[in-house]
Amino acid sequence: MISWLLVMPIAIPFATAVIAWLARMGPAGRWISLFGSVLSLVASLALLMAVLENGVVAAQMSNWDAPFGITLVADYLGVVMVVITAITGLATAIYALGEIPERMEKLGYHALFQTLIAGVTGAFLTGDLFNLYVWFEVMLISSFGLLVLGGSREQLDAGIKYVALNLVSTLVFLSGIGLLYGMTGTLNMADLRGAVAAVENQGLVTVVAMMFLVGFGVKAAVFPLFFWLPASYHTPSFAVSAVFAGLLTKVGVYAMMRMFTLVFTGDIGFTHELLIWVSLLTMFTGVVGAAAQMDFRKILSFHIISQIGYMTLGLALYTPLALMGGVFYLVHHIIVKANLFLVSGMANKLAGSTDLNRIGGLYKSSPFLAVLFVVPAFSLAGFPPLSGFWAKYLIVKASIELEMWFVAFVSLLVGLLTIYSMTKIWGMAFWKPHPDGIEPTPDRVPASVRLPMMIPIVGLAVMTVVIGFFPEPFVQFARVSAEQLLDPGAYVTAVLGEGAAAPAEPAAATDAEPVTEPASETGGQP
Amino acid sequence: MEALTALIVGLLVAGSVYLMLARSFMRFLFGLILLSNAANLVIFASGRMTPGAPALVPYGADAPAGVVGNALPQALVLTAIVIGFGLLAFTLALAFEAYRRLRTMDTDKMRLAEPKEDGK
Repeated sequence: MISWLLVMPIAIPFATAVIAWLARMGPAGRWISLFGSVLSLVASLALLMAVLENGVVAAQMSNWDAPFGITLVADYLGVVMVVITAITGLATAIYALGEIPERMEKLGYHALFQTLIAGVTGAFLTGDLFNLYVWFEVMLISSFGLLVLGGSREQLDAGIKYVALNLVSTLVFLSGIGLLYGMTGTLNMADLRGAVAAVENQGLVTVVAMMFLVGFGVKAAVFPLFFWLPASYHTPSFAVSAVFAGLLTKVGVYAMMRMFTLVFTGDIGFTHELLIWVSLLTMFTGVVGAAAQMDFRKILSFHIISQIGYMTLGLALYTPLALMGGVFYLVHHIIVKANLFLVSGMANKLAGSTDLNRIGGLYKSSPFLAVLFVVPAFSLAGFPPLSGFWAKYLIVKASIELEMWFVAFVSLLVGLLTIYSMTKIWGMAFWKPHPDGIEPTPDRVPASVRLPMMIPIVGLAVMTVVIGFFPEPFVQFARVSAEQLLDPGAYVTAVLGEGAAAPAEPAAATDAEPVTEPASETGGQP
Repeated sequence: MEALTALIVGLLVAGSVYLMLARSFMRFLFGLILLSNAANLVIFASGRMTPGAPALVPYGADAPAGVVGNALPQALVLTAIVIGFGLLAFTLALAFEAYRRLRTMDTDKMRLAEPKEDGK
């Protein structure tokens, strides 16, 4: 039963992708995609119920016992990411009904989109390092396709940069996996915890940890590895950029959180200290980059980078409160950022461009959209009582508790600078009159396009407000996730069974390959 | 054997970095191919080299007799090769299409999606 619950959130999008591909020539594809997204959401909610009941759930695929087979695991962090992925997927699938033209549907938009969702979900659920690499690739290849689908010259230009940098990061990650396997003889993440602690040469472990940090860092777009993001996110269709902005970088952050709480905890003084500085620089360069931009989506792209900094900061500070803030931030940011990109798509439809110099008048003629922009925009900047306030509050409080005044100062300063960019969008796109004298009223867009585009915007904005006004259950959820991350005993037990619960039991790993590994049991020592 | 593999990996990475630093995207792509092969070799070597001992189970037995090569890294490498092939094929197609449409392979001239140099 549990194993079905774990497989379904991955299998449903894959099945939907296949059917949507077969039906791509007709109008049925988009409805299949929508139906599949609803099913995914139901499946992930069922998994959430199971996790709330049992703590951590795990299943061994094909009944190969861990650590030999592939394990699917869902703890609190994993399952909340799966649910939020399904929510974002559903929102974007509805949005696509209005935005995605028939030409792109015929090229297989819905199939690629569902594969992307499957890849993202798989990355959140897997408990095996090599399997994580495979999910990363599933996610990457479908995102490549979505990014250049339509094939405008800008998209090809952006695609080259996006593809090149992401492939390099993938190869760094892959070599890291190889070296880690060479040292420990296992790829199971729970098993690695004990095995990595038992490696004699901890210096080598730190080197490999750095390879993982670089590999995940490129995906998460942290300083100084983020250059592919602002080069590409403003070029695809808006539904695509919303789902990219919401989910893709977060997979990198999630992988970082997983590996640097579960496996690489041997040298926190170095790895996590480094991550603090990386996070601060990420936050700052992101927000300053945004200030220099004059395009709706480019500003939002740079803000993704600065917000990623807060999440990795939550991991880097490595206290229960900070991690709790990091998890809360992760969830809040997916909703808010996806929504802002959806709003930018609507603004583009109404006013004709995303260049802030060429649009305007949206507040006067579409006040409802203006309100729906203000909610996620102010949440992003951290205004109470919206969800972003609580996320920032937790991170800043954690840094003050550690008496890291500089960290707290930068966090607050970046929040302030975020308001600057958001008010710039507000002033240029909404308040000033349209430079061409057009009145961008909602009825410039036919209702059949407008409605599917507005429904997800409203839905996500309502979620932001709800999290803002009733943060308690969400904060509690984040608290338990942070506890599970900091003390992965339950995670390890769920994967490996009762016997291997104690983290100080290194024997499991070195015995893992008794038949196949003859000589160097010490593992990878040069 | 391991030392030789390590040397080859080092050479491949050095070559790929040299190629990837070039302005031409085609050279970058070749560098990427070399790097991908270097990564595959790293995984392969991580399973330790056991020359002349394939991971085969004798007929009628449940487990291989004696010392044999580690089969898992070979499976991983196979997966990585297949995935890498797919990705590189896509990248090559992308590079061709970009060349056809943008009329350049010089990454310094690929600035369509970037902000304008002179401000406006």
